[in-house]
Amino acid sequence: MYAQLVDTGLKKVVDPAEMTPEERAFQARVDADVKVEPKDWMPDAYRRTLVRQIQQHAHSEIVGMLPEGNWVTRAPTLKRKAILMAKIQDEGGHGLYLYSAAETLGVSRDDLIDDLHAGKVKYSSIFNYPTLNWADIGAIGWLVDGAAIMNQIPLCRCSYGPYARAMVRICKEESFHQRQGFDIMLSMCRGTPEQKAMAQDSLDRWWWPSLMMFGPPDAESVHSAQSMRWKIKLLSNDELRQRFVDQTVPQAEFLGLTVPDPALRWNEERGHHDIGPIDWSEFQDVLRGHGPCNRDRLRTRKQAWEDGEWVREAAMAHARKRAERAARAAA
Amino acid sequence: MKDTDRFEFLLRFGDSALVLAQRLSEWVGKGPIVEEDIALTNVGLDLVGQARMWLSCAGEVEGRGRDEDALAFRRDAHEFRNALLVEQPNGGYADTMARQFLFDHWHLLALKAMEGSRDERVAAIAAKSAKEVAYHVERSTDWVIRLGDGTDVSHERMQDAIDGLWMFAGELLLPDAVDDAAARAGIGPDLAALASPWREAVGAALAEATIAVPADDWAQRGGRQGRHTEHLGHLLAELQFLQRAYPGAQW
Repeated sequence: MYAQLVDTGLKKVVDPAEMTPEERAFQARVDADVKVEPKDWMPDAYRRTLVRQIQQHAHSEIVGMLPEGNWVTRAPTLKRKAILMAKIQDEGGHGLYLYSAAETLGVSRDDLIDDLHAGKVKYSSIFNYPTLNWADIGAIGWLVDGAAIMNQIPLCRCSYGPYARAMVRICKEESFHQRQGFDIMLSMCRGTPEQKAMAQDSLDRWWWPSLMMFGPPDAESVHSAQSMRWKIKLLSNDELRQRFVDQTVPQAEFLGLTVPDPALRWNEERGHHDIGPIDWSEFQDVLRGHGPCNRDRLRTRKQAWEDGEWVREAAMAHARKRAERAARAAA
Repeated sequence: MKDTDRFEFLLRFGDSALVLAQRLSEWVGKGPIVEEDIALTNVGLDLVGQARMWLSCAGEVEGRGRDEDALAFRRDAHEFRNALLVEQPNGGYADTMARQFLFDHWHLLALKAMEGSRDERVAAIAAKSAKEVAYHVERSTDWVIRLGDGTDVSHERMQDAIDGLWMFAGELLLPDAVDDAAARAGIGPDLAALASPWREAVGAALAEATIAVPADDWAQRGGRQGRHTEHLGHLLAELQFLQRAYPGAQW
């Protein structure tokens, strides 16, 4: 997902018998679906895990502007250009709400950005893949935003108030993003043979990485179990992935595209699609920095931050000058 | 006013908006801070919207069946009528903001003057655009002041940016026969009459920014007549790639 393999820092799920009275009271409130708010007491591990999860999500929004920015200057019509600019702008906005949500947990945005640039925290693996043709902009909306929504709709009900509320607004915008992505795919699939080929090529490249966005099966994961207990993760990775596959396969059929999985078939008994094995070694490689674009994405972000340093300093210096002048005028 | 002149007149507004929007979209994901990334994209988005309105209108006036996309994506550089100022490369943040500032002040004055245009459609587009551009002016002016009166480094960069772009600002205020025809018909602004309020507004902001107004007022002209700098061809190569590579496709 936009946040993948979020580490709770715990070796096992906290046993209720070992909880302090404060922890027990906290868990009872979470169990009763009472939202946790910034000033409420919370276990350190809950706070740390949320910071990790929210900042991964925030960084993903910001880094995610780059693969789309790669085509914004080459959008094929003025209408598509306007829609893509609006979408990218939304993503910047999502990044901001999420950084703000993280800041309610006592961290600063600048520190989080430093962590990203130092390679200490990740962003979603999906943004380490390149956008090679215009249909990729459609595929990102349709598949990547589609996968993100699967995870984020449940998170609107998560236990941490600021995160849940940020998610409500984000989901509204994401569902528009997904529709515009599908609309691009539809135009391409109804277009010339070359356009249809671009759409197929795009699905071929984005299908498996999109499924990997949900993360490896986590039924056995201590971190997932603990995060579910805390209600900052609501469904398992495989459940979310299955929902996504079931939703997306008929859409691919409608587009007349072939999902690049020879093992894909409808399982009447389960009432779900079966898929072939996912190559998790590719996922691990991308997380380790060996995706096609890891180096470029991080370099671009760092460069933008470094190039902007004098601008940020000037803005601060000017604000100080104004404050001093106002103070002098008042004296 | 002849339709050919009216077409030219509309292209000038549409093309300047389009080319500047294209420049701003090059910043996506690379701004100095996320808020600025969003704001730059927002201004760019306004300008794309304005370009669509002007170019659609131009296509209808021309009467040869060209829509906004045919005009945006299938004309060569010499057929573009944007001001030279807006095609200048982004450079650093000071250059981008100085370019925006010099253009925005002129843009707002021109749009305001056209709110009372005798061409109802021009008046409507101008009125809608002026609301957006009023915000652009505020924003770019704030940045010129902030960077001019910020640190030594930012001051120097803003002064360099204004010095470097000044010669491209002049043509905005120098009318030719098309502008004169539009003004006489009560459709377009009297550009010469914008010179004094433009100088006043720009001068006041530069003074607050502690930036010196360049002494040399020589103006490079030609953009609005189709004679561009070398930069425009590259910008169009990128903007028009898909429409050129796959002619006739619907996107």
